[in-house]
Amino acid sequence: MSSASIDEFKQEVRGWIEEKLPADLRVGNRRDLPKESLGRWIKALVSRGWIAPQWPKEYGGGGLDRKQAAALMRELKAVRAPIVSSFGTSMLGPTLLEFGTEEQKQEFLPPISRHEVRWCQGYSEPGAGSDLASLQTRAVKEGDEYVITGQKIWTTGADSADWIFCLVRTDPAAPKHDGISFILFPMHQPGIEVSPLTLIDGSAEFSQVFFDGARAQAKHVIGPVNGGWTIAKRLLQHERSTDGGSEGGITGAMKETLADLVKREVGLQEGVLADPALRQRLADQELEARALRLTMARAGAEARAGQTARDIGSLGKYRWANMVKNEQDIAMLALGTKGLGWSGAGFEDTQLERTRAWLTTRADSIWGGTNEVQLNVIAKRVLQIPE
Amino acid sequence: MGLILTEDQLILRDMAKGFFDEKSPVERMRTLRDSQDETGFSRDLWKEMGDLGWLGIPFPEAVGGADMGYGELGIILAECGRALAPEPFLSTVLLGGNAILLGGNEPLLKELLPEVCSGERILCLAFQEQGRFAPYSVETRATRDGDGFRIQGSKQFVLDGHVADQIVTLARTAGSTGERDGLSLFVVDAGAAGLTIQRSELVDGRGAAQVSFQDVTIDGARVLGEIDGAADLLDAVLDRATIGLCAEMVGCFEEAFERTLEYLKTREQFGVKIGTFQGLRHRASEMFGELEFARSVVLDAQSAVDDARDDVAECASGAKARCSDVACLIGGEAIQMHGGIGMTDEEEIGLFFKRLKAAELTLGDAVYHRNRFAGLRGY
Repeated sequence: MSSASIDEFKQEVRGWIEEKLPADLRVGNRRDLPKESLGRWIKALVSRGWIAPQWPKEYGGGGLDRKQAAALMRELKAVRAPIVSSFGTSMLGPTLLEFGTEEQKQEFLPPISRHEVRWCQGYSEPGAGSDLASLQTRAVKEGDEYVITGQKIWTTGADSADWIFCLVRTDPAAPKHDGISFILFPMHQPGIEVSPLTLIDGSAEFSQVFFDGARAQAKHVIGPVNGGWTIAKRLLQHERSTDGGSEGGITGAMKETLADLVKREVGLQEGVLADPALRQRLADQELEARALRLTMARAGAEARAGQTARDIGSLGKYRWANMVKNEQDIAMLALGTKGLGWSGAGFEDTQLERTRAWLTTRADSIWGGTNEVQLNVIAKRVLQIPE
Repeated sequence: MGLILTEDQLILRDMAKGFFDEKSPVERMRTLRDSQDETGFSRDLWKEMGDLGWLGIPFPEAVGGADMGYGELGIILAECGRALAPEPFLSTVLLGGNAILLGGNEPLLKELLPEVCSGERILCLAFQEQGRFAPYSVETRATRDGDGFRIQGSKQFVLDGHVADQIVTLARTAGSTGERDGLSLFVVDAGAAGLTIQRSELVDGRGAAQVSFQDVTIDGARVLGEIDGAADLLDAVLDRATIGLCAEMVGCFEEAFERTLEYLKTREQFGVKIGTFQGLRHRASEMFGELEFARSVVLDAQSAVDDARDDVAECASGAKARCSDVACLIGGEAIQMHGGIGMTDEEEIGLFFKRLKAAELTLGDAVYHRNRFAGLRGY
């Protein structure tokens, strides 16, 4: 698309956002967004197909090309619009578009782009975390159905999800990577029990899910039976590509920047932060965020120019995780005991928010492949050091 | 945006790689060092680079330059870094050359820069007076003397000062040491009366001089920038030189890392390749990440200069802070992973280690540049 028509598109988007985006939503991705406004905003997005801007229009997407979608995202971020994203749009959708049959696409994509069906991801198990391929949840064929027995953990949003995309073992005799299938089934049925997990940050977004004779239709296996591992890995790439590129989920949604917080808590003397060690750490942190952004932008530009086939997704995930954790570590040092509040009087919102973020971000170097797994992947795939 | 190389830049890089592969193996640097060569680099090779137009990259065509950018200069400097080529880019093009380009009047530009571009004139910048980088800590004095000035004082760590034709000299014309105000820059000819130049060899095999000024008289026309107000000029020169030095460092990182990676893949202990040990694999991955990040920030800093962005200073300090840290990491790990053989003078990895340490501490270390970055960011 030419740059003139991109400018035109941007103008159109800007006008549309101005008209449709309720004023009380222009605060970034917060958990306590007003429901009524959010509902209207989602309806407006759905009407344009902009819940899934790059999906083909026939599946309810926006039919935008990459540049248009990027322009749309920039415009939305510029006014701090909440970004409506889900497992359906960011992970299952791209996987279905790549591996699904036409019938499967027709059945599952439109409800996702209408934001009607909520999905959760059944990957990790108590005995299969970093070593995901050792998963044990069994699916046994019975006529046109599979009967599923086993347990998943770290399932985000399982208590409110309508459907699950799940990795199950369909051939226990095969080598561990070769007996796994990728299957979809509804969550509201007998034989499924969801038990929320409370995390160290007090949140309960994750659950354990127990399957005891849950049923899935055989036609809802995506890709070949026993060929699910390829799909699982591809889907994890979608997961990784969603972090490294941003300057960071929780970081971007904070009410106050780290620099402002440190300046306020530590104080300036003649324009210089009063604590020289924290000054060094803050500068280092800001420089790391910039370098990560530049490196991901460079990787994207190189790929588009066809200059390199290097996969730096793992590097991005690894450095991003460390960066978001380090930001909260610095915030805690600056806050001192003001960073230790949990509830009750005596603590401000901006302080409580940092405390929870410090706890929440501990997970960033664990989920989606731990730091150690990412370093293994870099050594093996990028540096090609024989094992 | 400058984060990836253009077609033309890729061609330049291949050309430069071919040039250094053929004419400047790392062994050349060792020979220069061991023979205690008086110049410390090859004047012939320097002139060849001049003939190729590489020395004139950042200078305008009117003075014999190629009128290109730091994107191009960085490519050449990275190949110098890979080859450990000791030719005087930093002293002559980046420090002395930039001081004249950015601060000189028309006659000075015309007099000095054409021969810089052709490789026939060597320059240096005499600014440093103490070990730790502190560019405004200047006690050397220049006092008015008729239409000119008289300089009294001494400088150290003047890179290539022993062979320079002109010594661009930072002196205080007002104020006291540490202050930004009151600094001035002068072009001093190497043959000037009252000048004493003593060469020393550095840990990386390169040469630097102690220069002392005993009532050295300077013509008033050989002033760069404003009298008393040269600090902004000095900063601009140092920023560009720092970015160039970082480009050289990235080349040095690449070569040291590739050699170390190769060693991990071939060296056997306990009956297996040492690269199979997770303790080493993770550290190699860490080095790779740092190298990629360093490359990104240096490319960005180069385009900050080329696009005349207003954040050149932030980019320069950001790049040097990172490159100095990465020099420590990659240099240190390169020696450690090579084990005992890495400690021998015969194994070339030690030459990279020493060059990286010198580059780390030249023009300010990571702590200095993080502090400067913080200041520029308002804290």
